Amino acid sequence: MGNAVEVSNVSMRFNMSKDKVDSIKEYMIRLVKRQLFFEEFWALKEVSFSVEKGDVFGIVGLNGSGKSTLLKTISGILKPTEGRVYTEGVISPMIELGAGFDTDLTARENVFLNGSVLGFSRAQMKEKFDEIVEFAELQEFVDVAVKNFSSGMVARLAFSIATVIKPDILIVDEILAVGDFLFQQKCEQRIQELMSGGTTVLIVSHSIEQIERLCHRVLWLEHGRMRMLGDTQEVCGLYKQATRDG
Amino acid sequence: MKKQLQTFLKYRFLLENLISRDLKVKYRRSVLGLCWSILNPLLMMLIITAVFSTIFRFEVENFSIYYLTGWLIFNFVSESTTAALQSIVNSATLIKKVYIPKYIFPLEKILFSFVNMFFSMIAVAIMIAVACLMGNMQLSWTMLLFPVPMLYALVFCIGFGMLIAAINVFFRDMGHLYSVCVTAWMYLTPIIYPMEALDRAQWVLPIIKCNPLYYYVTYFRDVVMYNTVPGPADNLICIGFSLAFLLLGGWVFKRTQDRFILHI
Ligand SMILES: Nc1ncnc2c1ncn2[C@@H]1O[C@H](COP(=O)(O)OP(=O)(O)O)[C@@H](O)[C@H]1O
Ligand SMILES: [Mg+2]
Repeated sequence: MGNAVEVSNVSMRFNMSKDKVDSIKEYMIRLVKRQLFFEEFWALKEVSFSVEKGDVFGIVGLNGSGKSTLLKTISGILKPTEGRVYTEGVISPMIELGAGFDTDLTARENVFLNGSVLGFSRAQMKEKFDEIVEFAELQEFVDVAVKNFSSGMVARLAFSIATVIKPDILIVDEILAVGDFLFQQKCEQRIQELMSGGTTVLIVSHSIEQIERLCHRVLWLEHGRMRMLGDTQEVCGLYKQATRDG
Repeated sequence: MKKQLQTFLKYRFLLENLISRDLKVKYRRSVLGLCWSILNPLLMMLIITAVFSTIFRFEVENFSIYYLTGWLIFNFVSESTTAALQSIVNSATLIKKVYIPKYIFPLEKILFSFVNMFFSMIAVAIMIAVACLMGNMQLSWTMLLFPVPMLYALVFCIGFGMLIAAINVFFRDMGHLYSVCVTAWMYLTPIIYPMEALDRAQWVLPIIKCNPLYYYVTYFRDVVMYNTVPGPADNLICIGFSLAFLLLGGWVFKRTQDRFILHI
């Protein structure tokens, strides 16, 4: 089997200025003061790995270690400063649930809007509409504006839309922590279904138990660099040890 | 090229959805809804006609239609580009969370205004019908050419909208500056005044001749009001402006789009 994701030598640089220069006046002042050259900050540095098709890959690391940045470069949201990312197939990125929602619109309208944000067609959304609503358990709320939803309901709807059409690559960034326990279980089940259907999954989670339960291989990021890459048991064991001691 | 076309087709449904979302938001909770796109210009026309045909006394045949036609094109350009200007910055949450071809955002705003212009075109049609009934104007087949100048203006707006949307990401001053520019632009377009009114101010003419809107508005009036078909030269000027801005805007946008996310 080939690789679904190949990350080779990816580095991501951000300009760390205290505040962004976005007006001409500020630009001029800084130009005169020669402060335009910000402090450079590498959120990712020389990260390389690949994920086989159908594999479930976990990424662990402390806050600010670059996990979200890495997922964003893989989804194509961020373009890496150096290096290359290669992906094959349709990606469904769940960086933040409900990012494409317009809260003034109803759930029904948002299903179509969000579906199109993810690049699905009208026919696909029509066909899957009932399934989406049913999985999200929002049958009675389809014509209610999303701004009246609880955050759990929003998350359910968004997760349901993002996973109803089997993506080739599913990217999950710390979103399984929302919603109640029952829904979390349902989500995990859905992810496992997708996995057995051949979808490649990349997961970032606060819950190391979840990573251990779902993933085959794990990458440990530290300050944007690869600390370790390997079997779940091995990496998670050392990671737990390190975070307990630290 | 082929790949870009495929991506565009893939996101066509998104474009439709965003446009219909904007329509819903614009007309929600208004009783007359879309009718406002027709009523609004008519009411404006009444005021302008009252003011300018009594106080300033421009000698223009069918002044209300003269105004309305100029207003239609100008309003499309100013409304669409003003919305496009903010489109990238306003879509920050989406751009940071999902991959979407970024030109979708300015393009959507331009197309949304374009749809609105077609609704407002009904107001022009009504006034022309009235003028024909009263014998002030004559129906002509050239009127059917009205979409041509609109399409020229559309292409211009897409390019210009992408250009200023990209600039606005890096310099937010653009937003403040632009509303002033639009006012100046309005006075440099013959919407209310006839070109003859400029006889006393010859120095403005070269400036107006650099204004693409002058050509689009003139073209529009030629086919809708004066039953004439602009010749190849006029068409070439219009196409030239439109394509030049499309290429410039597209080029600047493409060059800068990967850095948008770092500034929004
Ligand atoms: N757009 C940005 N501009 C500047 N710095 C950023 C930006 N996005 C992320 N960072 C920085 O990059 C580092 C990694 O962030 P992130 O990938 O969100 O970490 P994690 O998801 O592992 O908690 C953080 O220090 C964060 O401040
Ligand atoms: Mg994160």
